[in-house]
Order: sequence, then C-alpha cells, then structure tokens
Amino acid sequence: MDFNLSEDHQLLSDSLRRFLAENYDIETRNRTAYAAPFHAPETWSALAELGVIGAFVPEGQGGYGGTADDVAVIFEELGRGLCSEPMLGTLLGLRLLAALGQTDLAARVIDGETRVALAVSEPQVACDLSCLQATARCEGDVWRLSGRKSAVYGAPGADLVLVVARLADAGENAALGLFLIHAPESIAAPMIDGGGIADIVLDGLQAECLSTDCAELVEDALDLGRIALCAEAVGAMSHLIEITIDYLRQRKQFGRTLASFQALQHRVVDMVVEREQCRSITIAAVAAYGTPAQARTVSMAKNLIGRMGSWIAEEAIQLHGGIGMTWEYPGSHYAKRLVMIDHQLGDRNDHVLRMIRLKPGAPPAEAA
Amino acid sequence: MDLEFTDEERAFREDVRKFLQRELPRDIAGKVAAGKDLERDDILRWQAILHARGWLAATWPKEHGGPGWSAVERHIFSEECALHSAPRLPPFGLNMLGPVLIRFGNDQQKREILPRILDGSDWWCQGYSEPGAGSDLASLRTRAVRDGDHYVVNGQKTWTTLGQYANKIFCLVRTSTQGKPQEGISFLLVDLDAPGVEMRPIRLIDGGHEVNEVFFTDVRVPVANLVGEENQGWTIAKYLLTHERTNIAGIGYATKELERFHRLAREITRDGRRLSDSPLHAARAAEIEAELEALRITNLRMLANARDGAAGGVESSLLKLKGTQVRQMLQNLYRSALGSQAAPIADELSENELTVPVDAARAAPVYFNHRKLSIFGGSNEIQRNIVAKELFKE
Repeated sequence: MDFNLSEDHQLLSDSLRRFLAENYDIETRNRTAYAAPFHAPETWSALAELGVIGAFVPEGQGGYGGTADDVAVIFEELGRGLCSEPMLGTLLGLRLLAALGQTDLAARVIDGETRVALAVSEPQVACDLSCLQATARCEGDVWRLSGRKSAVYGAPGADLVLVVARLADAGENAALGLFLIHAPESIAAPMIDGGGIADIVLDGLQAECLSTDCAELVEDALDLGRIALCAEAVGAMSHLIEITIDYLRQRKQFGRTLASFQALQHRVVDMVVEREQCRSITIAAVAAYGTPAQARTVSMAKNLIGRMGSWIAEEAIQLHGGIGMTWEYPGSHYAKRLVMIDHQLGDRNDHVLRMIRLKPGAPPAEAA
Repeated sequence: MDLEFTDEERAFREDVRKFLQRELPRDIAGKVAAGKDLERDDILRWQAILHARGWLAATWPKEHGGPGWSAVERHIFSEECALHSAPRLPPFGLNMLGPVLIRFGNDQQKREILPRILDGSDWWCQGYSEPGAGSDLASLRTRAVRDGDHYVVNGQKTWTTLGQYANKIFCLVRTSTQGKPQEGISFLLVDLDAPGVEMRPIRLIDGGHEVNEVFFTDVRVPVANLVGEENQGWTIAKYLLTHERTNIAGIGYATKELERFHRLAREITRDGRRLSDSPLHAARAAEIEAELEALRITNLRMLANARDGAAGGVESSLLKLKGTQVRQMLQNLYRSALGSQAAPIADELSENELTVPVDAARAAPVYFNHRKLSIFGGSNEIQRNIVAKELFKE
C-alpha cells in the first residue's frame, strides 16, 4: 500500500504546475478560452514540448507513458491551473489512433503539430454506445457517414476527427466502426466553462475506415477520459477551496474576518471532506483501469465527482458572496468548470445507471 | 501508487477469517446481524475466545498481553470482525483505560488492572460526560476533594454506555477550580460497588437500555486510584482522543450494511416487483456505494499515513465525519426499504408472525439508535471544529 506519487510523476506534476503558474495566468486563459480557436496555439506547442501529450500513449505505441496514473497526474494539474487547452479531445482521439497502429498520425499529435478530436456522443446519446445512431455505409471502396455528432471536445480547429459510427445494413446489433475525417466543417461554439466544442453534421461525408469493430477500444478511451475529468476536478476543487479559504481570511464584515464565523468554517470543512473523497474515488478508478472492475469503478468515480464537484462549486460561490458571481474573479471560472465536468462523458445519472446495469445489486468489491 | 496489501498482510487477513469462521459463536453473530441487544454474557464469552487466541487487546503492546499488531493489521482485524458480524467490543477497558494505564499508570496499577481487563474480571465504563458538560467537556463539575488517603467524590455522570454491566468506572473529576478549567481535572478510578454510587438507566429513542446516568454522593475513593498526576486528567483525555482511531470510519460495518440492503432488496416485493428491480432504490444504493468505496480508499490513505508516522487528529476527524454520514445513509436506506412494514415494533413477534425477513425486523429501531453515531465520540460539529482549526490556523 503506497499512495505517494512516484518520483517521475512528482517531477511531471511539479513541472506542469510550474509551467502553468508562470505562463498561463487567468487573463491569458480567459482571453483565449472563449474566442476561436478557443485555445492558445503557443501554449499548446509548449505543453507538447513538455511531454504532456506524449504521456497519454504507451511506450510501445510511440508515447512515453500511457497509464491511467500518467493521465490522472497530468489532468489534476490542468484542473488546478484551469487549463482550457483541448486536452480531453486529444487524449480520446490520440489513444485510438495509437491503439489502431496509426503511428505516423499519432507521432504528429504527440509533437503538437496536428490536433485530433473524437466524435462519439450525439444529441440524444450521452455515453451508452449501444444507442449510437450515426451510420457508415460502404459504397464500392468508399465509406460515407451520416447522422450528427455532438459535444465533440476540441473539434474547432482540429486537423483530424475520429468518428464512431454504426455499420449500416447490419441490423440492430451492428458493430461500431471508427472513421477518420480531415478538418471537417463544424458548428463550433465556446463552452460556458471555456474551450471549444462542436457538432458535426455528417451528411454523406466521405471518411477513411480505421476499424470496423471499435466499441471496446472506444469504451476504454472514454473511461480513461472520465478518469482524466475526475482528476481534473480534484485539481480544480483543491484550488477553489484554497482561494475560498484565502478569501474568508481576508474579507471582513461586522468588524471581523469571515474566517472567524463557525457557520462558514464548517461549510469549508465539509468541502474538504468531499474533496478527499473525490481524490480517493479517483485513485480507485485509476487502480481499476484495465481490470474487470474498470467500467463500474469509473462510473462510481464519475457519479461521485459529478455530484460533489458541482456542490463544492456552488458552496464556493456562496461563501464568496457577490464577488464569486463576477467574471473578473478567477473562482467563478473554476466553479463553472466543476459544474460542467458533470456534463461531459456522461453525468451523475448516466453513470449511476451504468453502475446498476453492469452489476445490479452487487456489494462493493472486497477489500483489496 | 499501490492499493494492494502486502503478501503478509493478506495472509494475516486469511488467518483472521479462518479464526472467525471457526470460533465466532453462531448465536452471537446471529444477534449482531439482526441488530439485537447482546447480553453481558454474550460479550464476555466472545472476549474470552479472543483472549485465548491473544487477540483481545488489539491496541496493546505485546509486553502487556496485546498482539503487537501494526496499524494495518488492526485495521484488517476490525474490518474482518465487522464483516463476520462479530460483536463490537466495548472499548472502555480495552481501547481506553488500557492504553491510558500503559502510558500514564504506575507499575502497581498496570500489574493489578490490566490482567483483569483481559480476563473479563472487570468491566469498565466511562465517566466523562455530565448533564452540563457534553461537547464542552472541560466544564465538568463532578468534584473530588482530598481527605487524607481518599478523595471524596460528589456529582453526576451521564451517557454511561453499558454501565449496567460494569463493576468499575474511570472518571474525569474536578480537583481544582484554579486557572483554566482544563487545568483542574484528574483521572480517577472508581469502584461502582462503593457506598454512595447509584446507577440509573436512561431509556433511548429506540426504547432500549444502552446508556445510564451515575450519581456520586460522598463516595470515598483511595488516592491510589488516581491515574497520572493530580490535575493531569485533561492531558490523558486528549491522549485517548488521538489514540488508535484507525477503525473510526467503520468501513467493515458499512460494507456489511450495504450487503444486507442488497440481500433484503432481493427478498422483498413491493407493488408487484422485487425491490431490487426498483431503479430508484438501486440508484440510491449505488450512490451510497460510491461514497463507501471512496471512504474505503480514504481510510487506506490515512492508514498508510499512520504507518508512515504522519497521521494527525485531523485525519481521524475526517474519517469520523464521513464514516458516520455514510453509515447513517445506509441505516436510512435499509429502513426505507421496508416501507409500511418498518413500523411494527417486532420484538415480541415470532418469526412466522413477521411480514419481513427476521434480520430486518429491527430496521427502524436500529436506524434511530444509529443517530447516535454523529453525536458520540466527539460530535460531528466538534470534529468540524478540529479540522477548521487546522484549515484556518494562522
């Protein structure tokens, strides 16, 4: 039993934290996160140079890491620094490119020259792959896609988009294929919590087929993305709690600091308790990745963090009072991020249903 | 990052399991599983079995008759005991007075008292709280006035758990009114058979008799029964608060309670379907399961800290807060599973008169009884004060 970061992870975590603290202040972030291309290309290149993107991929596939631990260490720091660079979409797309042997493309993504995103969810499908409606049809030796993909993270400005679509004319339980399209047109928008998102209308779009049976790979990539979001939330909530405590110490009303009021102290303590719980469930999900317990434990984590992340955000806004409502105060952007993480890759309800579906009524895993 | 126990720790868990399967009397485990009150004899019988194996005083060092376990081993042992429905051992002699004597007692006290805790000759209870001193324990007013070789004790203690089974009580008493309230408190051992001691039952919310009030009227206690120095009692009380709290989260109990809910949900039918097929009940259970799984890891993280010598009072406060919340959620879930059938007080009903499985018949009283979890052992508000003091320290 050992919960300390390895030396390598500590180094990675420290260097990323330092980089973001020195080069990515809240003004830079807010200037770039809400206007096309919804991120800062120079920050992106610098992060690639730091090795952040390469750490998403196993060594055997051209990267230098690729474990759930690597991903969690990085995303926790991205969360702490409220980094809106399109890392989630890149993680999801890159994992699939690398796993499917697209070594050259993967190498370009790792170097930061090329950006990739993954189009999986749809306007009516949050995270249950068996419900996907988009289809791919093979006409001669050309694949054409139809349907609409939604909530494609990092799609605006991406060079490559991977699309998950059901193979047409194969009935209800048709396999899911994975298709590559280049810089597609998209319906792009900034997200309420920063960064770019897009819908892609597939209207007969021609695509290159990378796999004709990718459901398992995609689910694994999504579960890793969920772990990334959980770790990001832990980083974001840690920072938000810290600045909330700072604010309470500083702000005076009725001739004393807010920090001296027990009613407020106790609310902060409850936030800290839940933050520790969120860190713990993320550790559990990281440990379960790649084991038979993966899907259910990841859903547990995404459920708990969905609930507690948004609750901590709401408490933080309330404890700040009016200042917590302003665009100018960094805490408000952290709060938005924490709430909106629950909307990505399945929310608390989707994941509680997935838990039930996977193993209805089962007691928790026996103590390790 | 590594969540696994070592091979030795896993082998130890296996030993504990085998021991429990072989030695824990069925009738006692049955009572525990059904939430029934245990008789004095049930607890003494189980203590004797543990004592024979050398596993009774889990927190004591070997030289005093403890097993010499690490924090991790103690955790494994208590988790397995809960999972096997072993009785919760009264902590007063084993986990409270024992460690206090080992740390603060004189040789004679150690020699005379410790063996009698182990062999069950003495049953100790705790005299801390008073009607006017609960969370604000330092305001206690029970007086001990020196008179030759004796203290003369006057006052009242309350919330004395299982006092009805005890023959001895350790008390915090006021020996000085000078200076700060904390500086005038002493730790005194009192014989419950002494003239002037009277114990009265307090009936609790569930109808049961678990706690008592104890009255002291001119009770003469030999000065030799003082533990540590006079007016050192507060230091001793604080030592107890931070001593051996690795089991404070109650993971084993909670795991058992969740398992019990799932079993019940598969057995009972409501409005034409099994309760386990109700998505709302399943979702509630799943969300609590997520919190319990997180708590299990939080507990392991803090256990690893304790092993590495980095544990503090804040961590046991966190575990106490969340552990009691999770267990209260589970008690709530279990009671609500029974719907209208939770209402009858079933103690006098026979098994074939019951409309619910016999193990579930006491769900409502047990739920009410467990509201105590967030009140005793330092109320959850006191735990929040402890954590806040650390978070907001200058």
